[in-house]
Amino acid sequence: MPSLRRLMAVAVPMAMAAAPAMANGGTPHSQWDHLWGHVLLDLVVIGVVFGLGALWMMFRYRAKSPDDVGTGPKLTKAQAIGWALLPAAIFMADDFFLAAKGWSLFTVYRSAPADAMEIKVTGYQWYWEFDYGNGVVTQELKVPVGKPVVLRMTSPDVIHSFGLAEYRVKEDLMPGRVSWLWFVADKPGKTVATCTMYCGLAHSKMYSDVVAVPASEFHAWMESKVRQARATTDSSRG
Amino acid sequence: MSDFKLTEWIFTTDHKRVGILYLIGSLAAFGVAGCAAVYIRLNQLSPSGGLFSDPQNYNIALYFHGAAMILAFLIPGLTGFFANYLVPLMIGARDVAFPRINAFSVWLFFAAIVLALISLMVSDGPDVMWTGYPPYSVTTVGNTAFYVFTVHLLGFSSILGAVNFLVTILYMRAKGMGFNQMNIFVWTVLGAFVLQLIFIPVLASAVTMLLFDKYLGTHFFDPTGGGDVLLYQNLFWFYSHPAVYVILLPAMGVLFEVISTMAKNRVFNYKACVYGGVFGLILLSGEVWVHHLYVAGMPNWLRTGQMVTTLLISVPVGLMVISLWGTLYRAAITYNVAMHYACACLFLLLVGGLTGIPLAMTVLDLHLGETAFIHAHFHFVMALFATFSIFSGIYFWFPKMTGRVADSKPALIGFWLNFVGVTMTFTPLFIIGMQGMPRRYATYEQFPQFEPYHQMATLGAMVVVVGMLLTFYSWINGAIRGPKAAENHWRSKSLEWTHAPSPPGPGNFPGQDPEVAKEWTPYDYAR
Ligand SMILES: [Cu+2]
Ligand SMILES: [Cu+2]
Repeated sequence: MPSLRRLMAVAVPMAMAAAPAMANGGTPHSQWDHLWGHVLLDLVVIGVVFGLGALWMMFRYRAKSPDDVGTGPKLTKAQAIGWALLPAAIFMADDFFLAAKGWSLFTVYRSAPADAMEIKVTGYQWYWEFDYGNGVVTQELKVPVGKPVVLRMTSPDVIHSFGLAEYRVKEDLMPGRVSWLWFVADKPGKTVATCTMYCGLAHSKMYSDVVAVPASEFHAWMESKVRQARATTDSSRG
Repeated sequence: MSDFKLTEWIFTTDHKRVGILYLIGSLAAFGVAGCAAVYIRLNQLSPSGGLFSDPQNYNIALYFHGAAMILAFLIPGLTGFFANYLVPLMIGARDVAFPRINAFSVWLFFAAIVLALISLMVSDGPDVMWTGYPPYSVTTVGNTAFYVFTVHLLGFSSILGAVNFLVTILYMRAKGMGFNQMNIFVWTVLGAFVLQLIFIPVLASAVTMLLFDKYLGTHFFDPTGGGDVLLYQNLFWFYSHPAVYVILLPAMGVLFEVISTMAKNRVFNYKACVYGGVFGLILLSGEVWVHHLYVAGMPNWLRTGQMVTTLLISVPVGLMVISLWGTLYRAAITYNVAMHYACACLFLLLVGGLTGIPLAMTVLDLHLGETAFIHAHFHFVMALFATFSIFSGIYFWFPKMTGRVADSKPALIGFWLNFVGVTMTFTPLFIIGMQGMPRRYATYEQFPQFEPYHQMATLGAMVVVVGMLLTFYSWINGAIRGPKAAENHWRSKSLEWTHAPSPPGPGNFPGQDPEVAKEWTPYDYAR
């Protein structure tokens, strides 16, 4: 089985074969968490400044008597322009800063490592199917730890979306189109992939386990699966 | 009230009565859609589906809640009720430019509401969400035709309204009133209707193609016949993102009026708010729709380009926020129920707006998109913000409409219950959304760890129910036996208060047409 041999060949150096995209900053999902932390800080700072500012003014500027009127400044032309351009410049600086950070991680998300293992995913109403390309088709996604995995996805019926929260990825599966995403499991463990695009009655029941196992275990499992698959095709042929 | 004649209301062309008809219709839609929300929340009480574990009814409730809240409550409440009632009064006109077309629009709106309600009673109710994405909406046994025809009627009604109000604002202002003397609310209505006029035809064509695909066998969205499933999403959001500003703009406008009056202060940097804020939103609104398709396999360059345009939305919104906040600076604030709602709006806008920033960033959306996080975000920034703004406006102009005041103890208690309740409902959704809880889920047995958060959210919704009952009671009670209001009850400087009686009669302004001086502004408190 050549495809199996190919799998074995990449299995050994796998632990060290960290994808180039991961070389700086770890896995995509850990970089995601890092960026999220930055953005959250950004939001909290803006939120606290504006929130406390509003609260303070709400208390500070209560009318002393019913005839009180506000004495808000009447801006000169220069002040008015300044109060438009300066905030606009600050907001834009923050926007471009965030856009640059977001773009660079997005590039990581959209360039799968060349040595990635590819699995075909099909979304049906209402279950997932994972095709390893060697006759092995499962309804549970099993991946080896440390090996980047590319999911190539489509759907024959309606739109689904493959959401894998643990690895911070999500992409729609559409009839007539093939979409893809990639992730890498950095430690063994079990998590769940769920459909995140409304697809009808059992939309919320459309989920599968995603299991990351050490490479050796993965290959043992794959070998037995391949044997099984071959046995069923042989017997059906015979 | 004593000489009430039903036919006078049915055949009315008076913009104020048309406005009140819009208010009645949209509040009715709010009530039914609110019941759907309660049903949804009760369903989330436990991972297996709470009190009613019927996914079909749950999905129909989701559809109805979304469609009715956006299309039959928020948009008609703001661009139907407020725009109709206030714009002619604020600009010193005796009515809108085309009063009979105006009456036609409101009855189209009512026809749409009836159609939407019928869709709840047919056996194969629409289970297509308010977005109606194909191929699901085409292949489902659920009824898509009601959805399409409802959108058609509402769209037709809005386009007529748009033409009417643009003409009214451009040509029927009081003698002497320049553009820079208009109320911010009038500007925001102008902006909202420009957007409606440009973008509604796109939505109408998208849903019409859906109708053809489902019932006439065309293949616009069917790849097996050469169609494309993504075409619909592109068209739909090309309208529906600007629709967010059709809601946000007038909701902001209402706040500017309430806050400037209750703070007795001029609007801070009026021109930046109008020419930067309102105009900026109009310009940017059509270049950001791809943020709704970040996970839909769009080309990378498009996802990145529209990430930048989406982030830049913070500039016009930020300018409006600075004007709004600045209006509180060195103010003389008196608090009534309207001002309580307005102040709450500032916090809802802050939370909702800021949580939009990570969602604007494509790569962060690859995890956060389609989760409870986005659900909480748009409820804060659009649903809650605009609803609180509408409530603020209702309390504020209640003396104008009825000659009575609706402020009362139940009104104030209702406000606090509503504010605490919505915060309780939607804050937990941010947390579980961050951890991957998808939206539109009837059950969540794969995420049992989220149960307490969902229960907290449901409890919050129950608090809101009590708050809403008190609020509606305060309006009905206020209209019948509330204390009589003074002519200019909040001592505003805006024309609808200074020149028209409360409530205004036919023709709005007794005696001569209103005229304004060269230095007059509606925010002229400081003398
Ligand atoms: Cu699905
Ligand atoms: Cu949008």
